[in-house]
Amino acid sequence: MRARTGWLTGLMITVMLGGCAARGGKQVDQAGAAARAGPTGGARAGHYPGADAYGGRATGRDNLTGGPLAQRVIYFAYDSDEILAASQPVVIAHAEYLAARGERRAVLEGHADERGTAEYNIALGERRAKSVERLLRLQGVGGDQLRILSYGEEKPAVSGHEESSWQQNRRVEIVYSDQ
Amino acid sequence: MPIAIVPFGQLEPAGDNLAHIVAADLESSGRFTPLPEAQMPERPAPPDAVNFPVWQSAGQEHVVTGRVSPGVDGAPYAAEFVLYDAIRGNQLLAEQIPFKTSEARHTAHRIADRIYQQLTGERGFFNTRIAYVTAAGVGKSRTYRLSVADVDGQNAREIMASPEPIMSPAWSPDGKRMAYVSFEERAAAIFVQNLATGERRKVSDAPGINGAPAWSPDGSTLALTLSKDGSPDIYTLDLASGSLRRLTRDDSIETEANWSPDGRSLVITSDRGGKPQLYLLPASGGEAQRLTYEGEYNARGVFAPDGRSLALVHGGTGGFRIAVLDLGTREVKPLSQGPLDESPAFAPNGRAILYLRKDAPGEPLAWVSTDGKTRRKLPVRGGEVRGAAWSP
Repeated sequence: MRARTGWLTGLMITVMLGGCAARGGKQVDQAGAAARAGPTGGARAGHYPGADAYGGRATGRDNLTGGPLAQRVIYFAYDSDEILAASQPVVIAHAEYLAARGERRAVLEGHADERGTAEYNIALGERRAKSVERLLRLQGVGGDQLRILSYGEEKPAVSGHEESSWQQNRRVEIVYSDQ
Repeated sequence: MPIAIVPFGQLEPAGDNLAHIVAADLESSGRFTPLPEAQMPERPAPPDAVNFPVWQSAGQEHVVTGRVSPGVDGAPYAAEFVLYDAIRGNQLLAEQIPFKTSEARHTAHRIADRIYQQLTGERGFFNTRIAYVTAAGVGKSRTYRLSVADVDGQNAREIMASPEPIMSPAWSPDGKRMAYVSFEERAAAIFVQNLATGERRKVSDAPGINGAPAWSPDGSTLALTLSKDGSPDIYTLDLASGSLRRLTRDDSIETEANWSPDGRSLVITSDRGGKPQLYLLPASGGEAQRLTYEGEYNARGVFAPDGRSLALVHGGTGGFRIAVLDLGTREVKPLSQGPLDESPAFAPNGRAILYLRKDAPGEPLAWVSTDGKTRRKLPVRGGEVRGAAWSP
């Protein structure tokens, strides 16, 4: 079931984003150290392209399967909509891409781990997706390019009942509309 | 209380031992201790006389005898049973229930209900049903199913299946319809489905969340969670007119509404205080009153049928358990062990709470008596269970 590979464990610093993050800040992960071993994606940090990478000279099909845009999952702390620091470059890369390609559309699918109630987790998944939306919009992505859809805990990425699974399920997936 | 259910005489449809089902039902209520068959001093069946002194010597207060005979008026079978007071030596109940082979288990549950009601003065719940959602498979082959089964987990029947999530089934107060959330259109929508005909109607597909449907006691209105105006808030939807009314206006999460039996208020989950807690909201709108303070996570409150208590999911990072909140004393009493329990639903007589055990494959559903003394685990096939509801 552990489909996702390549995670490097590294120092994680959570970064607060936007207005709702102030609320999130009060809810900082009670799971403590366990969550801090969560997905980090540290290897990609700093490797996202500059704005010109997707400028007017992009031709034909974009390469969404290689490079920084291949990573489309953004991770979160427990009961929080703070984007983990290690996931921030992923959001920035997609923000630059979407801002440069105003015709592209994406769905931000919010997810939660299985702890707690199903409907509260739907709300939490939506809050996470909105947190990503807010960051994308700050980078110039148009509101009409994005749609939010929360699946809560209904579509886990991995099916285990422990923190190492849960941290992979607290996520937002960026799904481009023609894929 | 001690009771002996004597094996029923002759003609039983294959595979269904009515006396065993009746005994298992009564035992699971926590209020009866059926005598093991091996310890029975005799095995009378109607119209045999019962030798009360030998049952008294065996410590029995009540004895049930029964017999399955050829039916009348077109039904292939008739189950006849007699309930005796073994101390006084008199007959308390004698009935005959015609049934078809496929109804054998239901017939046993009805007999258990009649005995339960006669001896406790309360309605039994053994002939009620439960609804639950299962999810099986991964990726594109994943399938979500909404099913209805007997309260002992048997006789499961599929109501709806989809490659996309199905959530939060809710029975209408008359038991004829089910509201649920479906993502079949790659967005959340709420449907109401007629259980007899399968006919269904989409009642809400606003942008964003369409969740947590809850029937008003009169069946005319659904409370639901919508996020179309920003953060998730509680709305009511009049099913006949389609008119929508907003009950909460907060930046925080408001969800999981459940109506009080008198229809005057709703319990909701809100994280306006920073963590999910239960609040009481007037059905006419207005200020919500906080109900829970103990613990960092209290959610999915549901009213007991008498309106005096709530079942809820109580916990935090240490685990999630089903608990009961006494609305008079405000005391929270955990009933389940956790660590990943959710989706509490009261039996229609308020004597038990059905819940979901996420880390218990094979027996993911259980119910616990509200005094905490008895538990019954229900076998469910078809994958992990993701939501459950108890019929009226």
